[in-house]
Amino acid sequence: MNNTLSESSATATKAIPLSIDDLTVAYHRKPVIWDVSLDLPAGSLVGVVGPNGAGKSTLLKAVMDLIPRASGRIKVFGESYADNRGRVGYVPQRESVDWDFPVDALDVVTMGLYREIGWCFPVRKKHRQAAMEALRRVGMADLANRQISQLSGGQQQRTFLARALVQDADLYLMDEPFAAVDASTERAIVDVLRDMRARGKTAVVIHHDLQTVAEYFDYVVLLNMRVVAHGSVKDVFTPENLQKTYGGRLTLLDEVTEAMRHQRRKL
Amino acid sequence: MIFAISWNWSLDGWIVLAGILAAVSAALLGNFLVLRRMSMLGDAISHSVLPGLAAAFFISGTRNSFPMFIGAVFVGVLTAYLTQWIRGMGKVDEGASMGVVFTSLFALGLVLIVQGADRVDLDPGCVLYGAIEQTPLDQVQLGGVGVPRAVVTLGIVTAINTLFVLLFYKELKLSSFDPALSTSSGLSAGLMHYLLMTLVAITAVASFESVGNILVVAMLVVPPASAYMLTDRLPVMIGLSVALATLAAVLGHLGAMAVPAWFGFESTTTAGMMAVASGLIMLLALAFAPRHGIVVKWCNQRWLAISILCDDIVALLYRREERQLPCVVLENELCRELQAGTWSIYFSLVWLQQRGETTDANQQIALTEKGRDRARNLVRSHRLWENYLASQAMVDGNRLHGLAERFEHFTGRELREQLDKEMDAPSHDPHGSVIPVEKREEGTSL
Repeated sequence: MNNTLSESSATATKAIPLSIDDLTVAYHRKPVIWDVSLDLPAGSLVGVVGPNGAGKSTLLKAVMDLIPRASGRIKVFGESYADNRGRVGYVPQRESVDWDFPVDALDVVTMGLYREIGWCFPVRKKHRQAAMEALRRVGMADLANRQISQLSGGQQQRTFLARALVQDADLYLMDEPFAAVDASTERAIVDVLRDMRARGKTAVVIHHDLQTVAEYFDYVVLLNMRVVAHGSVKDVFTPENLQKTYGGRLTLLDEVTEAMRHQRRKL
Repeated sequence: MIFAISWNWSLDGWIVLAGILAAVSAALLGNFLVLRRMSMLGDAISHSVLPGLAAAFFISGTRNSFPMFIGAVFVGVLTAYLTQWIRGMGKVDEGASMGVVFTSLFALGLVLIVQGADRVDLDPGCVLYGAIEQTPLDQVQLGGVGVPRAVVTLGIVTAINTLFVLLFYKELKLSSFDPALSTSSGLSAGLMHYLLMTLVAITAVASFESVGNILVVAMLVVPPASAYMLTDRLPVMIGLSVALATLAAVLGHLGAMAVPAWFGFESTTTAGMMAVASGLIMLLALAFAPRHGIVVKWCNQRWLAISILCDDIVALLYRREERQLPCVVLENELCRELQAGTWSIYFSLVWLQQRGETTDANQQIALTEKGRDRARNLVRSHRLWENYLASQAMVDGNRLHGLAERFEHFTGRELREQLDKEMDAPSHDPHGSVIPVEKREEGTSL
């Protein structure tokens, strides 16, 4: 990509939402990702693509200091993550959420505002209204008071998307927001992502469906423990090669499994 | 006489009040332990405050003193810290590292107490179940009224814990639900964790003397876990846990006085009975909870089984009609074909008739038009799935039927349409059977 962006001028560095230099993360001394160096352009939608176990989630968690790193430097808008926490929004992977927690969709979205509300201050009407507005934007207004395990997979994902929206961050890290969602949720997420980009925000999205990478993202990171390639989708993303590696996707199977899982949850 | 209880307000009243305060103060914090899946850490802390108590006693030489309190709280928090540390060190998981830390510390505490038994007015038995019965004996004057010291201490702790939960409600909720967001919002999840553990330690120490260890351990976990079964709203859960803790304390004391008498014994330890009562309450919650309860779950499962059986019955009749076989069957024929029990078939048939989907003339069961529609959709789902599994998912021929048989019950019109579209409206399934066409409802497009 554009090397002049990296270290040359301090002002340019400031604008880079996420700059990773020589990052290595290891679990029990076994490296999960190594030697990752990236500079992501501002105001773009970045897809992170790679097979299972490639370290995609690990990369996002390392950025947010949630797991220790063996080596490397990470800069968020030119400063350490700790200094810029408020500018980073996170959408966790579905599997990592405790869906039996006694909260409803509105509660979850309101959590995105806790930072703004501040320690010990109560949630006020205007905060609830803002959260409601975000839920409305993702088409979830009717389900605001439903406990989160009673939502479908797509609705759960929309809830977390709404939470990211109220956070009003500048850099979003999303761990597989498109995993096992229905078609209308997928569209809703894409709309929100594009809207974010239009407002100059950057989203780093772990993505599995290779067929939609070119459509959804401007920039792509191909990751398999190390960065295989990164750059604009046009330059580095060659669908034919990737198609062979990953094979087709059987979305309808996902759907019936989801329907069965949901039925069982109600039992 | 079943309830041969001689209730004395100035004695039993104080005992029950002490029990309620101990139970409520523990239950308040326990909600967040249960939600964080850390109930055992509460146990660990309340056990490991013992060496702190003993050591502080040896150093200061007094009981009921501030140094003793600080010493115990310090060791309690140390437990939480050591647990994290050991887990971080190597391959030991959280449960094991907790087990290592608190058993070692608890044993150390016991050794210290036994060693100094001649000088210490703390006996190992008291450690377990406390001396709640002696609560009314040790009183302090409060505005001219004699109030038991334990009630004052526990009252203060209850007030602190209530204030903590009210003031940090939002922070506790977030750091329990999503530590990552909590930390990135500047509300350090780690700090909340240790704040909570400090209060657990304080609660454990305050309850130690009056109600002993068993009750703290029980009350930290059991009432919140019962409340968790009963609701999916956090404020309701907290309120319920307080109510159930109170109930357990009252029932526990009454039980301690009454139950042993039934068997000709003298009254037993109140603290122990309070814990037993909370366990019984938990059992009731487990059985009758509205959504997660065993009874409701059982009914739902039966209901699902019956509705699947109904599906199977109409589908069986439909397939017979297709093959021009006699389209009426007897009840016992159904039992044989579907390998179902007589009762299940009986209930299913009653339900199908109730819905007007089958008719029953002299035990000859036949489909009505409405039942035929339902069956057609099912058979359509089944064959579409077989097609999809064979052509798109490359499933083995002999596994097709079994999978489709399961999927068909969970496949609605929308999913059928998607299947149909995905495969360009196939006319036959892999076995060569015609896929029936769905009857369009009046007024629906598509």
